[in-house]
Amino acid sequence: MKNVDYDLVIVGGGPAGLTAGLYAARARLNVILLEKIVPGGQVVTTDWVENYPGFPEGISGPDLVQKMTAQVQKFDLNIETNAVVSMDLSEPIKKITLSDRVITTHAIIIASGASPKKLGVPGEDTFYGKGVSACATCDGPFFKDSVVAAVGGGDTAVQESLFLTKFAKKVYLIHRRDKLRAEAILQERALANEKIEFLWDSVLTGIQGLTDVEKISVQNLKTGDTKDIAVAGCFIWVGILPNLEFLPELVELDQYGFIIVDANMQTSVAGVYAAGDVRSTPLRQIATAVGDAAIAAFSAEHYLENVKE
Amino acid sequence: MAEGVLEIEDSNFEAEVLQSEKPVLVDFWAPWCGPCRAIAPVVEELAGTFGDKIKFAKCNVDDNPVSPGKFGIKSIPTLILFDGGEIIDKVIGIVAKSKLEEMLNKV
Repeated sequence: MKNVDYDLVIVGGGPAGLTAGLYAARARLNVILLEKIVPGGQVVTTDWVENYPGFPEGISGPDLVQKMTAQVQKFDLNIETNAVVSMDLSEPIKKITLSDRVITTHAIIIASGASPKKLGVPGEDTFYGKGVSACATCDGPFFKDSVVAAVGGGDTAVQESLFLTKFAKKVYLIHRRDKLRAEAILQERALANEKIEFLWDSVLTGIQGLTDVEKISVQNLKTGDTKDIAVAGCFIWVGILPNLEFLPELVELDQYGFIIVDANMQTSVAGVYAAGDVRSTPLRQIATAVGDAAIAAFSAEHYLENVKE
Repeated sequence: MAEGVLEIEDSNFEAEVLQSEKPVLVDFWAPWCGPCRAIAPVVEELAGTFGDKIKFAKCNVDDNPVSPGKFGIKSIPTLILFDGGEIIDKVIGIVAKSKLEEMLNKV
């Protein structure tokens, strides 16, 4: 067997990466997990998790991450803070260029997750951190007794809008359709919450202010009318984009840019797997990410057995 | 010599940050902020590396509302690098350690 630095490299330290790491470490593979910022991924910015089994009272996102990290540390998983710049997957021994060196490996699990998508409306970048946010748990308390807007209709938008009502006196929830996409239980809570006012069939078209956010423009898609609403904050939860800036073209993606995998979580390249939010999947949850990752690690282990023969 | 991360308050912000002889990196945070908890160990590591030439401080925005208000902070974590009482650079949200190193190398 040729000399390589690692049997398996896991890219990303969210729930998928940490779970893949847990299985790989327990399989005694020569494995490294690369995390570009800090372990946890999007869960770090999640206020409260109540659909991940095993926590009947619910658990905060950061606490869940802490437990997952502690669990992999127990099995001595090698975690390094480093960013993947590019990958060369053209040979069976894959090369990964990091910010400071190049490493070689037989197998890779890509669990690099996704980031909140921007709307691309005027003012969104200008007022980022000055009222525009994608993280209610980071910034919600700054809007105590204020009026804020939230954009989106999925689980994140609805759950985080509910969290915002703990601080804000009013939350306008702007959604381009006439009904929400979020889980039924979240919809029920939001619809029953007196602090949330729904602006259905509407889109955000601009964010204005002097130094900080002062008002937003909202257009009703049915009537075409645009109105300005005074708000101090504007939270944007309109979906996610995969974190794949390092990925070569060799790996097949779906029309939205997420990695296509088979039932074994293998991508179009042998020995390269994907798990969690980064893969093409009908549902992106912590529960699905950890399931993907367990399969990916299992598949990688079998791939390595064949490579090593 | 590395001094770790100093807790600062509204009352000594002027003296410890704006009047500091050394450049100061201030980490504005709060206990309820998950990402703040996530980035805190990174800031501590950096304090170990850059502690000789830069002072590291953290300011709890719940207990000290004046200072964050003064710098227009509406999102945390926010890390601001001060030198001679002036803002040299600012980072909002959790970012890679390498990006913070880049910022600290500016002074």
